[in-house]
Amino acid sequence: METHEIILDPALEAVIEQRVQEILARKSARKKKRLALVASKGTLDMAYPPLILATTAASMGWEVGIFCTFYGLDILNKKKIRSFKVAPLGNPAMPVPVPNIIGALPGMTAVATAMMKNWMSRAKIPPLHELLAVAQESKVKLFACTTTMGVMGVKKTDIIDGAEFAGAASFLDYASEAEVTLFI
Amino acid sequence: MSATIITAHSTLDVRDTFCPLPVIRAQKAIQEVPIGGILEVLATDDGSVGDIPAWAKNVGHEFLNYSQDQSVHRFLIKRLQ
Repeated sequence: METHEIILDPALEAVIEQRVQEILARKSARKKKRLALVASKGTLDMAYPPLILATTAASMGWEVGIFCTFYGLDILNKKKIRSFKVAPLGNPAMPVPVPNIIGALPGMTAVATAMMKNWMSRAKIPPLHELLAVAQESKVKLFACTTTMGVMGVKKTDIIDGAEFAGAASFLDYASEAEVTLFI
Repeated sequence: MSATIITAHSTLDVRDTFCPLPVIRAQKAIQEVPIGGILEVLATDDGSVGDIPAWAKNVGHEFLNYSQDQSVHRFLIKRLQ
């Protein structure tokens, strides 16, 4: 087959190139990537991963939503975000291994929590409430699971301002348009 | 190799911090740089070697250069938009 190369005036070609680039830039700007997370844990260690991923994705220009359900709802609870704990009992991964029989003693959870907070601050990892504030500043959508609120007797006034009250269908609808969805 | 002197508009020092802070602070810092200007980032978190270029690509800035001086990672990013 014979091919014909269309020879354009270089000036015209430059204009076309510029227009195409403008259109592409507009298109990519319109479609942001989206991250949809489920945060289901309410311990000091397990509340970090969703908040770290959310704040990072937001800094990368992504849209982010976190559906906080079951114990993960505590992340949005004004009364609880500053008092997350980690238990040494049944937790063989603690850097200082604590035998379960010792970990079961009263006060051991407080000891383990103080230790972990100490390691975190030494590594300059922000406390949970600060990461949450960064997430809010960067427009991360925070969904409070209304079923959990009903089950655990959590009042709307206990939940931080700016969170949305939602059920599974709202989250699934949001997540259906996400490039990345994780359950934590 | 030809030596090119690149002048950074500003420097962000995130040494001794870990993920997610280098990326979060880089995103804040680059907004203070004029478009076309260059941000220099200094970090010690080894994860930042992958994280900073990934961040720049996702936000649409140009990743110019990476270098390492002992334990310090140095990145140059040009703000494009």
